Amino acid sequence: MSPARAKPEPPTTLEQLLAAKEIAVFCGSGGVGKTSVAAATALGATVRLGGKVLVLTIDPARRLATALGLEGLGNRAHRVEPGILKAAGIEPRGELWAAMLDTKQSWDDLVLRHAPDEETAYRILENRLYTNLTARFVQSHDYIAMERLFDIHATGEYDLIVVDTPPTRNAIDFLDAPARMADFFGGRLLRWITLPYRVGGRRGTRVLNVASRPFYQVADRILGSQFLQDIAEFFLNFQSMYEGFVTRARAVERLLHDKRTTFAVVTTLEAAPLHEAERFCSALVARDFHLGALVLNKTLPDYLRDAAGASAAGSCIDDAGPLADALADTGEPALADRARTARVLRTVGESYRNFSVVAMREAELRAELARVPDVVARVPSFSSDISDVEGLEAIGRYLFTGARA
Amino acid sequence: MNGPSPELFDRRLLLFTGKGGVGKSTTAAAAALLASNIGKRVLLVEVDAKGDVPAQFEHGPVGFTPKEIHPGILAMAMDTEASLQEYLKLNLRVPVIGRLGPLAHVLDFVATAAPGVKEILTIGKIAWEVRESIEGRADFDLVVVDASATGHIVAQLGASDAIRDLVDVGPLRSQTQWVSELLADPSITAVNVVTTPEEMPVAETIELVANIRREVKVPLGSVIVNRVLPELFTQTDEETFEALRAPAPSQLLTARVGAGATEVLDAARLAVSMRRTRAAHLEYLQRSVDLPLLYIPYLFVRAHGLRVTRMVADALGAELGL
Repeated sequence: MSPARAKPEPPTTLEQLLAAKEIAVFCGSGGVGKTSVAAATALGATVRLGGKVLVLTIDPARRLATALGLEGLGNRAHRVEPGILKAAGIEPRGELWAAMLDTKQSWDDLVLRHAPDEETAYRILENRLYTNLTARFVQSHDYIAMERLFDIHATGEYDLIVVDTPPTRNAIDFLDAPARMADFFGGRLLRWITLPYRVGGRRGTRVLNVASRPFYQVADRILGSQFLQDIAEFFLNFQSMYEGFVTRARAVERLLHDKRTTFAVVTTLEAAPLHEAERFCSALVARDFHLGALVLNKTLPDYLRDAAGASAAGSCIDDAGPLADALADTGEPALADRARTARVLRTVGESYRNFSVVAMREAELRAELARVPDVVARVPSFSSDISDVEGLEAIGRYLFTGARA
Repeated sequence: MNGPSPELFDRRLLLFTGKGGVGKSTTAAAAALLASNIGKRVLLVEVDAKGDVPAQFEHGPVGFTPKEIHPGILAMAMDTEASLQEYLKLNLRVPVIGRLGPLAHVLDFVATAAPGVKEILTIGKIAWEVRESIEGRADFDLVVVDASATGHIVAQLGASDAIRDLVDVGPLRSQTQWVSELLADPSITAVNVVTTPEEMPVAETIELVANIRREVKVPLGSVIVNRVLPELFTQTDEETFEALRAPAPSQLLTARVGAGATEVLDAARLAVSMRRTRAAHLEYLQRSVDLPLLYIPYLFVRAHGLRVTRMVADALGAELGL
């Protein structure tokens, strides 16, 4: 863990960091608890900083979605009932809002907004490739999450927006998504693929020039010319939205680079997610994004690395017999069976040693983290799942107050 | 129901999928190692080329051309562009590959933009290797795939069907028929889902099993539950443990073994409650999924890499009675 810093400038707690930000983007590889940490951050900010805080989440666990009253809401933001928070003993200074990301709905909105006319918009929405494409091409999930963020931020309704990022094959992808989107629609390749159809008229036969002929010869043999024409027609329609799309994608990119936006990387202390987190931290810095915080999630308690604990565990194993004899003399009825007590003592000692090995490895991995942002928070492994507001507040205590995990 | 299925390794194609972070790559590597231990030669395919799979054998990243990374185990990393080139060369006898130049980028673009093309290039290549093996033209008997994560696997498995819905005529259509048939054959193919006894992985596993059954015709093999914590105590032993925490016994313990006694007891309590939460998820999984479940214990080890791959392979072997 990074030591407390002497200089007053950079924030050392999540509270200080978020007080100066309007957007916090949480990223990390799958399975590290990103969604819970993002939701806990939003709740914690509502409690500690006040104002109107929104958590934009992608795919929350069902019980968490239920706890926040998010089920079946689609793209609409809604306020988490103050009653739910009060019932959990939480007295927030501000309002907690939550929204989920409906990818399909968001794409449809985008098309409706940017299409030159209604006819084109519906031609796109009804294209048989459209559903497939919006689900797949150019990391459309990644892009649409950032696009949605821009949309919400532009309303000026929230003091802080906390974003949970979509699970991607490569966690870095979504950072490049807006730029890639702009490139895609401005790309020569797209012009090339649609050119023969533009020359030949929208539904006419295509006119091949010398440059594109070899490509079409190959592509026809793989895909069939009808399919290729479907693709081209779709992109021709899509290109009519070029201006709007590119302008928008550039604006989204600017927002992510803005001083008011910060990124937090969430990871567990296991080799694979940790490597991913390191790559992520480097990528953020390389792209000039603000790396604000690192959250080490599901860590084991420090007492597992304690010398006194190790020594006590050793004694429990080695002296189980004599210890059991002494314990039987305390008169506790459940300790009367010496053999059983000895077995339990050995089990307890072995279990400590087992978990101690994992805790040591965690500490070692933590020490290996090369690039550490100013704010580092540790959240312990809770013995039960986080599925309600109380649980989120418990995570929040570790995140915000830096309570030792 | 829920019994092990030793015939798993009689098939020719074993795919491993699962939510990110559950140990999918380790499990796929362990399955390959186990197969090689029982005398099979294995082709291990990494679909999302990150180098995680060869790392399980202390080997650096591999390319599209299979390379022996461990005795009896060949490994390759999927590369859709290379797969496309190979496809063109083998199936269409397109002569321009060497001089494809900028066209390669265009084809890559089409593969990116057109639905299912990347997926078909991935699953098509895998199916092709399986067919080569079945027909005796390859130097391996079994293909083990570290497949895409839960979110992408259905699209990948269903690509050969999906493409035929979109493409009305053409060679792509006719040449995907055999892929679908190979994937649907339960004597050849099995998809295995790796999970951990935690809320989200269990929920995704149940959902995935239902999706695979509904949307694709690929047979499911088993669900592999990774990182299962040991049960520390029987019920009576737990009463004894609770008694140790009473004032008099815990004072005595502290006096005899030192101040660390509290920590040792706290650690055991943590272990018990973690195990209990996970057991509830496990029960839910057992109730909800009608497939053989294989359990791999939580490994309390410092190491990762080949040492862990061996341990997981042994655990898997024990579960399968191999």
